[in-house]
Amino acid sequence: MNYFGPGHGACPGCGFPIAIRGAIEVLDGKVIAVNSTGCLEIVSSMYGRNTWGVPYIHSLFENAGAVAAGIETALRAMKRDNEAHVVVFAGDGATFDIGIGTLSGMMDRDHNVIYICYDNEAYQNTGNQQSMATPPGANTTTTPVGKLKPGKTGRKKDMVEIAVAHGVPYAASASIAYPKDFQRKVKRAAEFEGSKYIQVHAPCVTGWGIDGKLTVEVSKLAVETGLYPLVEYEYGKLVKVKKLKQRKPVEEYLKIQRRFRHLFKHEMGKEILEQLQKIADENAEKYGLDA
Amino acid sequence: MAKMKLYIGASSPAMSSEMKTGDWGTELAYIDKEKCIACGQCITFCPEPATSMVEEGDKKYAVVDHDYCKGCWICFTVCPVDAIEMKTKEIYKVEVC
Repeated sequence: MNYFGPGHGACPGCGFPIAIRGAIEVLDGKVIAVNSTGCLEIVSSMYGRNTWGVPYIHSLFENAGAVAAGIETALRAMKRDNEAHVVVFAGDGATFDIGIGTLSGMMDRDHNVIYICYDNEAYQNTGNQQSMATPPGANTTTTPVGKLKPGKTGRKKDMVEIAVAHGVPYAASASIAYPKDFQRKVKRAAEFEGSKYIQVHAPCVTGWGIDGKLTVEVSKLAVETGLYPLVEYEYGKLVKVKKLKQRKPVEEYLKIQRRFRHLFKHEMGKEILEQLQKIADENAEKYGLDA
Repeated sequence: MAKMKLYIGASSPAMSSEMKTGDWGTELAYIDKEKCIACGQCITFCPEPATSMVEEGDKKYAVVDHDYCKGCWICFTVCPVDAIEMKTKEIYKVEVC
């Protein structure tokens, strides 16, 4: 039996189903899935069209962390906590903006939960509104490109660092372009007692304006340009980083996406390009990406 | 009174397989079983999953379930030996005279 799908309603070429299925498979289906509102909930829990082969709960946008904490506590009280891992699947909107309060509370109380955030860098379910995970310069419906503004201003929030600051035993970033690496990280996270945070980069075909066949290539380029470093923290210490042999310029990642196409003709586009390259360089220096 | 079976949450068995998403796209993936080296890349990457591995004697190869293939081209891009071909469905082949 499949733990997730087939027959869900995600767009052709969508990135996150690869991550969701990979995570559940690597934990051998011993998963209680907690889901916050987002694309994943919409495509997988239509009435009579349930995609999940594991126990699943969706409550609200903001409380996935609290719901997971409750389930984990109940399992512990019933002495059944060895039966399944409580895993949260939440989008970047639910993790970075709306649900950060309950997520922070969950991490503070150190509940034994694996929190997986699939990061598609905006509220893609409602049609591409900016979230705090949206990178600078991206064109979204709430940060439209016009004469005065070249898309989003301000940086992308570093949620992995925020998780590390809570003192969680394990925090990592991953990408759907490297599913084996992601699965290894989920498996590693399951070995720790306490709150674990994994953030997985998953392209959105409609919001980013890419063709379905570019999904894997785009997420690979995000890693290879240094804009999405794959890092791994254990007890606050950086233990593993994906090294890059030849770091590519950020333009290669940006030019194939519709949400960034204005950067190459807008008069303020050059500034944003420089800012993005600076972010990539900072990442490279901070994590030692260059091999 | 008719009895109704109620499922709490989504603890029912997965039912989405009734939704045949194979009619979404304009193309379908076809795997050449002679070229296939059974590496499993297409199975790992398929978002559906519509691909699976079959064994025929001592030969192992991947197959695509066309009931669910949305024609997204991801398997086509990740296949290391170019064993996957995307074919346009018959109904989308319009003859222009």
